[in-house]
Amino acid sequence: MPAPGRNNAGRGVKRTKEEKQQAKATMKRLFSDIFKNYPVHLILVVVFIITSVLANVQGTLFTQTLIDSYITPMLKDGSHDFGPLLDAIRRVAAFYIIGILSTYLYNLLMIYVNQGMLKRMRDAMFTHMESLPVRYFDTHAHGDIMSCYTNDIDTLRQMISQSIPQIINASFTLVAVLISMIYLSPILTLITLGMTVVMIFVTGKAASLSGRFYTQQQSDLGELNGDIEEMMNGQKVVKVFNHEEQAIEDFDKLNEALYHSAANANGYANILGPINNQLGNVSYVLVAVAGGAMAISGFSGLTLGKLASFLTFNKSFNMPIQQVSQQLNFIVMAMAGARRIFALLDEEPETDEGYVTLVNAKEENGKLTETPERTGEWAWRHEHQADHTVDYRRLEGHVVMEDVNFGYVPDKQVLYDINLYAKPGQKVAFVGATGAGKTTITNLINRFYDVEDGKIRYDGININKIKKPDLRRSLGIVLQDTHLFTGTVAENIRYGKLDATDEEVREAAKLANADGFINHLKNGYDTVLKGDGANLSTGQRQLLAIARAAIADPPVLILDEATSSIDTRTERIVQEGMDHLMAGRTTFVIAHRLSTIRNSDVIMVLDQGHIIERGNHEELMAKQGKYYQLYTGRIVNA
Amino acid sequence: MRDIVKNIKGYWAVSILTPIAMLVEVAMEMILPGLMAGIIDDGVNKGNQTVILQDGGWMLLVAVVGLAAGVAGGLFGARASAGLAKNLRGSMFRKIQTYSFENIDRFESSSLITRLTTDVTNVQNAYMMLLRMGMRAPASMIVALVMSFAVSRQMAMIYVYALIFLVVIIGIMLPVISRMFQKVFKKYDAMNESAQENVSAIRVVKAYVREDYENQKFQKKSADIYKNFLKVEKIMTLIMPVMMGTVYVCILLLSWNGAKLIVGGSLQTGELVQLLTYCMSILMSLMMFAMVAMMILMSMASVQRISEVLEEKPAIENPENPVMEIKDGSIDFDHVNFSYLRNDNYVLSDIDLHIKSGETIGIIGGTGSSKSTLVSLISRLYDVSTGAVKVGGVDVRNYDLEKLRDSVSVVLQQNLLFSGTIYDNLRWGDKNATDEECQRAAELACADEFINRFPDGYNTMISQGGTNVSGGQRQRLCIARALLKKPKVLILDDSTSAVDTSTDAKIRKAFREEIPGTTKLIIAQRISSVQDADRIVVMDEGRINGIGTHDELLQTNAIYRDVYESQAGGSGDFDEKEED
Repeated sequence: MPAPGRNNAGRGVKRTKEEKQQAKATMKRLFSDIFKNYPVHLILVVVFIITSVLANVQGTLFTQTLIDSYITPMLKDGSHDFGPLLDAIRRVAAFYIIGILSTYLYNLLMIYVNQGMLKRMRDAMFTHMESLPVRYFDTHAHGDIMSCYTNDIDTLRQMISQSIPQIINASFTLVAVLISMIYLSPILTLITLGMTVVMIFVTGKAASLSGRFYTQQQSDLGELNGDIEEMMNGQKVVKVFNHEEQAIEDFDKLNEALYHSAANANGYANILGPINNQLGNVSYVLVAVAGGAMAISGFSGLTLGKLASFLTFNKSFNMPIQQVSQQLNFIVMAMAGARRIFALLDEEPETDEGYVTLVNAKEENGKLTETPERTGEWAWRHEHQADHTVDYRRLEGHVVMEDVNFGYVPDKQVLYDINLYAKPGQKVAFVGATGAGKTTITNLINRFYDVEDGKIRYDGININKIKKPDLRRSLGIVLQDTHLFTGTVAENIRYGKLDATDEEVREAAKLANADGFINHLKNGYDTVLKGDGANLSTGQRQLLAIARAAIADPPVLILDEATSSIDTRTERIVQEGMDHLMAGRTTFVIAHRLSTIRNSDVIMVLDQGHIIERGNHEELMAKQGKYYQLYTGRIVNA
Repeated sequence: MRDIVKNIKGYWAVSILTPIAMLVEVAMEMILPGLMAGIIDDGVNKGNQTVILQDGGWMLLVAVVGLAAGVAGGLFGARASAGLAKNLRGSMFRKIQTYSFENIDRFESSSLITRLTTDVTNVQNAYMMLLRMGMRAPASMIVALVMSFAVSRQMAMIYVYALIFLVVIIGIMLPVISRMFQKVFKKYDAMNESAQENVSAIRVVKAYVREDYENQKFQKKSADIYKNFLKVEKIMTLIMPVMMGTVYVCILLLSWNGAKLIVGGSLQTGELVQLLTYCMSILMSLMMFAMVAMMILMSMASVQRISEVLEEKPAIENPENPVMEIKDGSIDFDHVNFSYLRNDNYVLSDIDLHIKSGETIGIIGGTGSSKSTLVSLISRLYDVSTGAVKVGGVDVRNYDLEKLRDSVSVVLQQNLLFSGTIYDNLRWGDKNATDEECQRAAELACADEFINRFPDGYNTMISQGGTNVSGGQRQRLCIARALLKKPKVLILDDSTSAVDTSTDAKIRKAFREEIPGTTKLIIAQRISSVQDADRIVVMDEGRINGIGTHDELLQTNAIYRDVYESQAGGSGDFDEKEED
């Protein structure tokens, strides 16, 4: 489950110089992305915005014309000829219709741009994410990755759909009004602009105050949400320890802090509007007073009619400035979101320099040849890079490790000089304490991570030469943490082989001994699993994971604690299925239960990254070393 | 809804002042057009500087009052809504603290988290909108309408028709849009779930080479959102042109009829200008009102979900005149039947079990044999369906809950630690425990050996959920925490499964020697964890299958023998042997 809001912590709007620069770069990239994908849309949007601004200005001017050019003259000469007025109204109506149409059209176009860009971004993010190496997921908090899909995309939606058109619109309105104002009276324009500066200054102050509290609010919210998450997940422990009072006390402290920062952040954001509004009125009064004085004294040729028009423009000049100032916060937030999205998109994808592929094969006259149909037999298609000759090698499951060294991070080696030989069909077990490096070895075989030093050969081929998808397709894996997907039980089993028939699904489930409990589910194989199979027990989920591996029918199996959550009695039932599954396959088993590994062909005892003992059960017991110690530990201690 | 109103407590003053301040602001806004008209008609047009100065002065005053009202409204509104949010969170959190396990199971913690966070934020935003705009918008609309009627009844009727037209349109569109949005949000959830699954299950995806398959799955969901979002936004974009069109038709009708009336002598030019100014505020207010309605409509689902939390009845409550003292650690199950849901099949059937104070009882059985359920009845985490559970000879339902749970200490299977130091975590067991007492408990639980190896020792910070210590270490810290309660009954629910066999044995030895008077119930998968208990209970499908010592059960009980043989020869656990 994504933790709502938890990742908002500390994502405020206060910015340092460096952040500003980053934001600039992000903005450039985002806008060029948008423009590249929707050039025609955007050009049309600008055109329609200009038409709508012009049509609107026509509308504002109409009241003046109506009075000055029609009503007043008619009143003066007492004529009752409404003909010219009707014409004027028709003309204005035409302008209005153009205005409405262009407004509608640019909004409609922006919807396509907005939703299209969001879809593009989501898809790009997901596709890219799927291509990233496992290392990325191991080193990044899952909540942070998820918030790219939720919070960050959301801020972009706000920005593209609202901020961009509003800012374009506001800029053109500003320019149009400014030109008209200068034409009417440069001096009054200066007064208006002077007040605008004051306005920008004051709102800037309030906005930065609001911004500071906003940052505070986000970090308080993050802390409170963290506490909520921890307490809700631990609610049963709270009950058991009578810890309710203490929990409430801690919660109240955080809750109170959030109240203060939220009240202030929203409060200061709320007052931006009224401040702008009233400063606008002050500007109006100043212009009226100064203009009145000028008109009366006849200074600089300002007429009364011009002053009246100027006052209208003074009003409509302040509107767009207010709009832009309201959008600024959104843009800053959207840039932070876009930066995180781009960071994900810029991650290096998993590289694959392999060229050996896995193909269906059949044997003709003792010679292995490639065939398009599914034969159940597989071969490695090895095209030699030197002379481009192709040879085929049967997929058998022969795995060899030679002097393998590995560490997840440069200074911390996890595996030392690992040598390992698994013949086709053999069962190889790893035992050892947590952190001894058991899982790491399996991580290397399917190339979730690459070895630093040494070689791993698969049927005699260095696994670095095998294409990763083909390599992984030949390996079946059942992990300690079983992950299931939203969908039916059958779909989850079919994950191992997408074109499996219902019959095959049932067979696989039977093999894993999962058929029994599946039939007891409400809708059997069509039961929908939700939230990683939360409606199943851990043991049942493991059985499904085994069935999923069984249906894929791979020559090599990796079982990483696959039966750890199944109780010993049930495990014996599963074991039967597992034995069926393992028959004829090379199998790597990690388990802490002896019953699971006792019948292995080879048991490797790992200790701090070294293989310290190897052999089968009898050999190791005879050796009376570490394995013997572990194995007989119960008797000594009990 | 009632639950929401109740939680305005403490913020009624600001909640009432906000709309009042907004009304003052509206009033000032309504006075302005008259003053502006005055400046133009009587000042500028007549060249009268005194009028300009006078009206300008009035305008400044109005602006200052308007500013004060606007700022007050903004600040109060934020305070009121943040206050409501705080109260709602507080009430829910308090309520949840009274929940029994049954209630917690029903809600699930992830859903409780969403209700405490996202849902509260939704209500907070809607409430602020309601306070600031809910009154302001209709008020400015009504004032403007009344003023228009005062100027000219005939002309004002144009607004009435326009309003009726828009109300009908919005009334039709609003529910449609809100329904469509809900649908889009559901699709969003589905898509996020898909992304979430891929993030956490990336190893499975890669192991099965299903990247392309997942890409297709995701893109289908993403395209679905695109389609649905486009649909709802297309409808939303229609609102603006309809609204603009109405405004323009009004202006043109006013101009045409106004001109006729003026020429006919029944209307003044200034009055026409005034009417035109009201046009914008009437229709803008309507739009604003529609937006408020929309937000409230969409927050209703959140209100509903919050109410559910607040109105949930705790399944277990403290009895009247509770028994405050627990005599000893004896436990009696008298013919107990239990099911999690009413009228469901019993998961425990006819349990009749009597445990003496100080006895050590092992409990063994397969998954789903209701071992955990059995012990959870002792500290009254759930109540029996029929029969009775007694501790110290008294029915647990008669005890004070806090006293009972202090005496019966359970180490849950879900071994969870909390963010804070090791000391902080241990003191969950006893708030006033001294450092020495904490260390003593840790010693008993064999946790001291690894704690002392941490550079910060007992002051080592544990991260949320205790993820920075290993499973076995976490289990031992949980045992130490439970020991600090100095309980009369100690229950370990599979609490040493990740601890290696010899440490497990050491812990049991410490129990035997250091707290002999405490009744101990040990649930385990490993035979070695229970075989030295005074008696062992074998559970199977919610029934007691056998009771006896290790040797007796080996003779008489098939299941026990079966489990023993499957583990025979080895303890079955190589993990956690090394702690460094």
